[in-house]
Parts: sequence; structure tokens; C-alpha cells
Amino acid sequence: MATYILKRFLQLIPVFLGATLLVYFLVFSLPGDPIVALFGDKPVNEAVAARLREQYHLDQPFWIQYLLYLKGIFTFDLGQDFSGRPIAAVLGEVFPVTARLAVMALIFEAVFGIIFGLIAGLRKGKFFDGTVLVASLIVIGIPIFVLGFLLQFTIGVQLGWAKPTVSSAATVQDLILPAIVLGLGSFAYVLRLTRTSVIENMNADYVRTATAKGLSRFRVVRVHILRNSLIPVITFLGADLGALMGGAIVTEGIFNVPGVGNRLYRAVTQGEGPTVVSIVTVLVLIYVVSNLLVDLLYAWLDPRIRYDA
Amino acid sequence: MNASVEIHEAGASAERPLLEIKDLAISFTTSNGEVNAVRNAHLTVMPGETVAIVGESGSGKSTTALAAIGLLPGNGRVAAGQVLFDGEDIAHASEKRMIELRGNSIGMVPQDPMSNLNPVWKIGYQVRETLKANGLPSGPDDVAKVLSEAGLPDASRRANQYPHEFSGGMRQRALIAIGLSCQPRLLIADEPTSALDVTVQRQILDHLDKMTTELGTAVLLITHDLGLAAERADKVVVMYRGQVVESGPSLELLRNPQHPYTQRLVASAPSLASRRIQAAKELGVESGDLLAPAEDVAVETSMPEEVLQIENLTKVFKLRSGFGRSTDFTAVDNVSFSVKRGTTTAIVGESGSGKSTVAQMVLNLLQPTSGKIVFDGVDTSTLNNKEIFAFRRRVQPIFQDPYGSLDPMYSIFRTIEEPLRTHKIGDKASREKKVRELLDQVALPQSTMQRYPNELSGGQRQRVAIARALALDPEVIICDEAVSALDVLVQAQVLNLLADLQSRLGLTYLFITHDLAVVRQIADHVCVMEKGKLVETGSTDEVFDSPRQDYTKALLNAIPGAHLMLPPEAATA
Amino acid sequence: MTPENIAPDQRSAAPARRHIEHFVADFAETPLQATDKVKEDQAPLSLWGEAWKNLRRQPLFLISAFLILVVVAVSLFPSLFSGIDPASEACQLANSDAGPAAGHPLGFTQQGCDVYARVIFGTRSSVTVGLFTTLGVLLIGGIMGALAGYYGGWVDAVLARVNDIFFALPLILGAIVMMQLPVFRTNRTAWTLVLILVTFGWPQIARITRGAVIEVRNADFVTAARSLGVSKFGALLRHVLPNSLAPIIVVATISLGTFIVAESTLSFLGIGLPPSVMSWGNDIQAAQASLRSNPMPLLWPAIALSITVLSFIMLGDALRDALDPKARKR
Repeated sequence: MATYILKRFLQLIPVFLGATLLVYFLVFSLPGDPIVALFGDKPVNEAVAARLREQYHLDQPFWIQYLLYLKGIFTFDLGQDFSGRPIAAVLGEVFPVTARLAVMALIFEAVFGIIFGLIAGLRKGKFFDGTVLVASLIVIGIPIFVLGFLLQFTIGVQLGWAKPTVSSAATVQDLILPAIVLGLGSFAYVLRLTRTSVIENMNADYVRTATAKGLSRFRVVRVHILRNSLIPVITFLGADLGALMGGAIVTEGIFNVPGVGNRLYRAVTQGEGPTVVSIVTVLVLIYVVSNLLVDLLYAWLDPRIRYDA
Repeated sequence: MNASVEIHEAGASAERPLLEIKDLAISFTTSNGEVNAVRNAHLTVMPGETVAIVGESGSGKSTTALAAIGLLPGNGRVAAGQVLFDGEDIAHASEKRMIELRGNSIGMVPQDPMSNLNPVWKIGYQVRETLKANGLPSGPDDVAKVLSEAGLPDASRRANQYPHEFSGGMRQRALIAIGLSCQPRLLIADEPTSALDVTVQRQILDHLDKMTTELGTAVLLITHDLGLAAERADKVVVMYRGQVVESGPSLELLRNPQHPYTQRLVASAPSLASRRIQAAKELGVESGDLLAPAEDVAVETSMPEEVLQIENLTKVFKLRSGFGRSTDFTAVDNVSFSVKRGTTTAIVGESGSGKSTVAQMVLNLLQPTSGKIVFDGVDTSTLNNKEIFAFRRRVQPIFQDPYGSLDPMYSIFRTIEEPLRTHKIGDKASREKKVRELLDQVALPQSTMQRYPNELSGGQRQRVAIARALALDPEVIICDEAVSALDVLVQAQVLNLLADLQSRLGLTYLFITHDLAVVRQIADHVCVMEKGKLVETGSTDEVFDSPRQDYTKALLNAIPGAHLMLPPEAATA
Repeated sequence: MTPENIAPDQRSAAPARRHIEHFVADFAETPLQATDKVKEDQAPLSLWGEAWKNLRRQPLFLISAFLILVVVAVSLFPSLFSGIDPASEACQLANSDAGPAAGHPLGFTQQGCDVYARVIFGTRSSVTVGLFTTLGVLLIGGIMGALAGYYGGWVDAVLARVNDIFFALPLILGAIVMMQLPVFRTNRTAWTLVLILVTFGWPQIARITRGAVIEVRNADFVTAARSLGVSKFGALLRHVLPNSLAPIIVVATISLGTFIVAESTLSFLGIGLPPSVMSWGNDIQAAQASLRSNPMPLLWPAIALSITVLSFIMLGDALRDALDPKARKR
């Protein structure tokens, strides 16, 4: 088990290094003056440019630049954004909001996805199953920003059941509608995954054997079908947390949530390269860590993995 | 029909049957409409009696047994008839009633030990929930007792392990423990040992016998193996295409089969009393002139007598155990034997004996760690690419899994033509002619050419694989468990075909198998392998009549039905 | 050998000897059939033929195939579907936010452009980006995945890590970063988007292909082909890849839908296609401001987008059912 964890951990290091290197390379090392590029369409402010050149060690060779940048990440010294605020402080402000949003979306998709998927799987081929399947396809098919506008317009504006935009405090109540929008796509996916998994397990030999032992239907479903079906689902949910945080950009834009995505969007439109790189790096880090957690979770859920390492 | 009813009445007069199946019909709803899987099935199991249902795959034997415990698949239903358990009709009983009966009145031991235990729960937990569900004490001691009674050593520690930490035989013991834990009056054992090696199979069946005798449990045993059924059961029921064709006392049924199907089954059963198949020599050569041997297949006496010599062959695999560390695993350990031209040499062994690894090395698909394989006087490890290509023409394989050995995307024509095309033999027309000839040789209609593997049965696919292997007029054919996956009758057919082809084309076979009964039917020489080592070699008669090694004796002793001597003429096809 | 061994004769003697009847069924009712006869009553059917037969009966497939044909036709010949070419006919500010009128069934945008014409003419960019991204992803991901899965060893190990690195950057995130590059900022076309989406989209196909190839590479028919003298690479091309295609096709079809979403999302964020190019994503973004007063200019491109994406996802779903590898075994 310890070997397995260590092995997975070691495998993630090159992933983290590779991904940050890729991002860093894209933003800072292609032809053209990156600092000029960072200003985008705006006139170049020489003072700022000079400060940035120094801050990003652009006078050094590329590898040194990257290593110094990595050092910055691990010492929480991410430099400053264009308005002169430390990027670390900006991240500290926006990340909790997005984390709250992502966790709410995760809870929503997990609870409803698993319940609907289980019922659909157990009633395979029946009316409920068919309806849920078609509905989930439609949800997957409609792009998230269309869904966002649709729900904002109907539930938020016309019906007035929820606030169409989020206050700067971004309370849990404010975030209900955005969380649903953010989680809808994954909800449909969790539902379908649970359903497939349940159907597969229902036909498994050990489920028939469990029934032959004289267990009640409820126990067979709970202990043998559901427990085994949850393995791929929980694995997906774990990996999805990172994806939700990175993917919140559209949702946050629509509902004006003061989170990572919104800040990233602003950084992109205003050409704030350093802020973009920092935010993306932290998101990659979250992705990598959540993947490690998923591996641990997986090993915990499926005893076969623990010894296979 | 009338006859069967009278028999049941006669049997029921003395004592009430524990299980009585009357005129049972089971149908399945499929995309092609309603399919009848079982018709007019009837059988009785008296208390404490062992009854075996014998049949090929698709005969309805398992379906019938599953109906007796109310576990038909979702699309199946009892269309007619009754299943009386102790006088109560359970064919249409409520699910609630069935849950009451399952476990403590009717138990089940399923077929495949690998898939019948839930991989995420400990063995002990899976035993405990059985006891609990049936209202029995379920403390750790009770669980350990149940497991140790099924012959699982060190039961209280074992109870804390997961199924994947158990070997196949141990898992089957755990399943037997679960099936018998609530002391049911009837145990349904569905091919309980067919996934296991013969020696393990024997131990487990012996133990099951002992336990059910002690508990007075009646057993409904489902098996495809007539020898096993006759050895283990008081009564045998033969099913064929969803119907019961014959039933009666097991030995009588075996010695004096009445129904043509039973007769055929008894004749094809690869029992020990059978002899080497002497196919074409006796049958005459009705189609012998079809294919004159090509020039390079000449069976001349000038060729060396020993076409294959295996010398000190060793294969060591490196098993990775994390972080670059690796342990050596010797799959084949210093094996030497030779194969004479025009004969059949069988390599026999249980799983993990290294027999298939030998085959892979002889086929030049795997490099030996040390030792050499000499084919026709040349060490095969010294061949360059061009020579290997030529070697492939002369040595061809036939594999076990008839569903895996043919490319599902290729038509039968393309499959058999592929070797010819690869070796650029002939033009399009002559290749098509050759494919037609090959299909004739393996007794398949020429129209099979346009079909695809998924439209053929297992036996037919194996014939196609034989035709493909023959396309290049090879000298040596390596049969890796080539008939193991086939039903008895089909197996006999394919074995006859192989023997027939050998006598007509002068082929040399290297036959890899776990099944000693098959060896007796086809081999001239036998090599017995155990854990990578060659433990015994000799002519088939020598090895079978006077085995020298304990392991060989154990293998021979483990063949089901080995003690049931049949008159020899019954066993020749 | 086995002390517990009980001879059969002994055992059957143990309980009180019951009389067991010897029953033989009526031969006429249980006729013998020839062992293992080839069925010749049906026409031969290849796996693809069988899949096609199943597909033709699936309403989901028929509906999605029809919709996809319509979408492709619209993107190839938009002028057949709309008399107005929004590129040549300038929008009339006088029509700003006007409702449906004769010849303008869906009304006008804030800029006074005809919504229907813009929806029709916007189809092409979505379909182009989706189609060519999918082709590019299939090419790169397919080759990478097939090599990694087939050859294993260090090739696999290296490709797996590269794959992981790209997986760590979600599509939209990666695209956002790449769009920062000066080259892409100034000069954006549909091809720029294809390039970026391929860069971040190939790992998924590579992963699927790798899995599918691994599943097939050890099949007996591959070993059989090798022992016939077919080269290792030849076996990959002739046997392994054709048998790995089904899951790849399914995922590629669904991906086509997700790439169309990605294109419109990037355009919606203002970092996709430039506003001068007509596309659904751009139109939705432009209509965002007037959502509350006039939702129609947002709704119609959104509906067109959703139906297109849905068609591809439904098609993928139908294909998955028809090509299901588990159903193939029998």
C-alpha cells in the first residue's frame, strides 16, 4: 500500500513539472518580446516593463527563469499583478469562493447523479430509465453557457426563485444556482456512469451468488450492487473537483461570481500574463493533488489495487 | 409423456421427493422474440440423494437448476409446469418466500470461483452475511468454523483476507462453505469444479461429497462431464436441446444407454478406457487424393526421424515488483524432449506448468533464456528474419479459444487466404481454389467462405483455424489446448478430424493440453510437466498403464470416471 | 492419494437403496440433430453489417443522422437556406431588436441584423472547427495511442507521462493560455482554433486508442497472424487497429460535439474566432447584453448550437450501443 502511494506520488511529479513548464514556455518563451505581448493592445509602459523583466528574470537563460519561477510557487511569492497587488493575495481572495462553488456543484452532481443513476440502472429499460437517459443526453448536449443563460433568465429573472447574480460576499445561498449550472454536465455524466456500472454489477456472478445466499433484495442492492458500482463513480467525482475549479470560468462569468474563473477571465482580456500563468499553475497543482487523492480513494475502495502495485 | 408421469408416481409412493420438477418449460424474451430454453423437463431429487444433470452447453441444464432456486435471469420466466420443493410449488412463489428458502433450505455452489465472490469484501464478511441473513449465529468463531469445515486451513486468518488473495481452489472452498453454511436440505452445484485443475477438482469434489453425506444434503449437480456425473451421482439426467432425453441410475445409464443421444455422448466421452483414434486408416481414403502433398512437405524417409528436438530449454521471466526491483520466475526449467516426424507428442500439465510457454518458444514467438530448439536439424534461435519467415511456413499453431483465434473483422475466406497472401503463393484464382480445398478438408461447406467468425460455432471456428494452419502445407502443427473449450461431441469430431488429417498428410503434432483423457485419444508420446519441469516422458501406453511418478499417478487418478470401466468398444467413435 | 475418496458403489449403498427408474424419452419427440452443422439459411453478415442492421432500427440514430445531414448541408450551402447573406448585406440599425417580420422569421439583433440569416451562415465555422479538430485529434491521438498500446515498454511510459501533462491542462484552460501568444492574438482564424483544440484534445483519443489496442494486441488471432509470418507492424495495421476502431469511432463522434462547444465557448469568451467571423458563439456573446430586453437573438443561435452538439452526442451514443464490444462476443 505504501509502495503504491509512493509510486503514484512519484509519477505525478513529472506531470506537475511538465504542465507548469508547458504553460511557462507558452507564455514567456516564444518569439517576440513577451513583455510587450503581455501589454497586448495597450501601449507599453516602460517602467512596468522593466519591473516585469526583472521580476520574471528575463535576463537569465530560460531554464533558470523556470526554476526561479518554480521556487516562487513553493514560497508563495508569485509577484504582483498590473495594479501592483501581490498575486498571492489575489489568489487567496478568489480561491475560497471558487472552492465553495466547486464543492457545492460536486455535492449536487454526486447526490442526484448517484440516486438517479441507481434507480435508472435497477429499472433498466423501463420508462424512468428511458426518460432519464434522454434527459441526460440533452443536458450533456447543451453547452454550459447556454444552460447558464437559460436558467439565469428563467429561474433568476422571470420566476425570481434565485438571485440571477451573486453578491461580492458569494454566500452559499447566492451560489446555489451557479453551482447547479456548473454541476449539471457532470451530473448527467455521473448519472450515466452510475447507471452503466449498476447494470454491469447487477449481471455479475457474485450478485447472483449473494441472492442465492438468501440475502434480502435491499441488502443485495446496497452491499453488493451499489458498493461496487460506486468505485468508478467516486473516482470520477474526485478527478472532477479539479476540473470544476478550472472549468468555472464560464459559469462565474455569467453569474458574476468573484472567483478564480472571473479573475482569470479578466486577466486574459486585459492581457495580464503573469496573473494568467499563476492562476493556471495553481489550477494544475489542484488537479495533480486531486488526482493523487483519487488514487488513494481508489485503493481504499478497491482492495485489489492495494496489492497490485 | 405418459411414461414419465407413471414413473414419477411410482417413485413418490414410498417417500416424498425433496425436489420434483414437472413438465417445466422456461422461455427467454430476446430481441428475436420468445425463445424456449427448456421444455417438458422433469426430474426428482429424493432427500439426501445426489442427482446429476448432464448436457452440452445450451442444453438447458443450468437454466433448469436456476429455476429451482428462483434465480432465472431477468428475461427468463417459467412458462409452464411446476417446481415442487418439499411439496410446495416454488416456480411461481413470491420473492419474499424465495428469500426465506434460499440459503437455509436451498443452497447454491456456483461455477466460476473467480467471479462469484464479491472482490471488495473480505471472505469472512461474505460468510457472515449469509449466516446473519438466515438467522444463524454469526460471530467470528462461527465464520471460522464454517470455513474450516469446507477444508480451508487457518480459517480465522483467512476470513480476514480478500478473494483476490485466494487461489482458485481456495475460493471454491469458500463458496462451498457459503453454500453449505446454513445446512440447506438441497444444494445446487452448477459445474462446481470445471474451472479448476483436475487434481484440485478431485479434492474439492471429495470434500463436497463428504460434507453433504454427513449433513444428509441432497445435491443437484450440473455438469458437462458424463464421467464426473456417473462417479459422483446416484442418478443421472441427460438433457439435450432443452429436453430430458434419458434419466436413470448412473452406472446403468453409462453401461446401457438407450436414447441415441446418450449413446453418442457415452461414445464420445474421452474416458480412460478409450484407445488412440485410428482414423483414416480404417475409414478408408474417400477423399485422400484431393490434395497431393506439396514438394516441401515430402514425407520421405531421407528426412531426419526427429523433426523437433528440445534441449535443456529454460525460460525465466522477470516479474516486476515495484521500483525496478524484480524477481525471477522460472516458467520452463531445463526441459528436453524430441518429437518424431508423423507422430503426436502431447505435453500435459496443470495451469502454471509452463506447457504453453514451451509452445510459444517452439513457435519462435518467445526467445528461450537458455537451451535450444532444433527444428529439422537447425537451431531455431540462429535463424535470421528471412529464415524465420520460411520457418513459419513449416510450423503452424492452433489455439485454444475458438472465439479469440479468428479475426472477427475477416471473412472466413480472408482468414484462410491470409497465410497464402502473406507468403505470396499463387494468384487470386488459385488461392480461392486452395481455400475451397482446405474447407473440404476440414469438412466445412464451401459456402462458409463468405461468412464471418461470429456466425460460426466454437467447433466450426476451430475447423477454420485448422484450415488456416494447413494452408501453407506445414510439417508441424502446435495445438495449444485446441479442443479444450469445445463440447464433448464437437471435441470428438475435431479430434477425429485431426487424426484423419495426420494420417493423410503425414503431419506432426505437438499437442498441449491439461486433459489426460484427450491425450489418450490422440497422442503417441506424452511429456508430463509440473511447475516448469518435465517430470515424466514416455509412450502413451507406458505412461497410462504404468506411471512412474507420483504426480503422474495423481493426475491419472484425478480424471473423473477413471474407475468406471466401460467396455472398450463403447468408447471408440 | 485422496483419503476422503469414496468409491461410488460404496456411497450409493449408504442410504437405503431406493429404486431409480430408467426413463427414456420418446425418440420422436427428441430427435437427434447433426452435431455442429453450419447454419446456411441466413445471408452472411460481417460485424459492420450487423452493426448497420442494428443502427437502422434505432430511432436515436435515425434522428441524429438526419439532423447531422441537415447541419452539414447548411454549412456547405448556406445560401440555399437563407436569401439574405449577412456578410454582404449590412445590418440596418433601424431594425434594432425588432421582432419577426416578413422574410425575417426570427427577428433582428440589437445591431439590426437578421437573426435567421446569421444562424444559417454561422453554421459553417462551428462545423469546420469541429470536423477538422476531430480529424486532427484522430490522427495524432490515434497514432500516439496505437504505438503506446501496441509496443508498450518505454514508448508507452513516455507517452503516458506526456498524456498526463496535457490532461492536467483542461481544454478551455489550455486554450486560454495559448491564445495569449502574440501569434494567435493578432491573427485568429478557424484554423488557429483547430490547431489549439487539437493540441489540447488529442490525449483523450490517445488514451482510448491505447486501451482498445491493449485489449486486442494479445488476442490469439494476432498471435496466429504473427506465426503465419505477418510482421509485427503488419499485424498492428491489419488486425489490431481494425478491431480497435469501434470505441475510437464512438469517442470521436462525441468529441466532435464537444469541440463545437469548445469553439463556441472560446468565441463567447472573446478569445475564439474574431468578431468579424460569423459564428454562434460570437452571436451569443453579442446578444448577451440585451438578454433581458430581447432574448431571441441569444436563444436561436443557442438552439442551433445545442441541436448540433446533441446530434453528435446522440449519434455517438447510438454507435456505442451498436458496436458494443460485449455484445460482439456472441
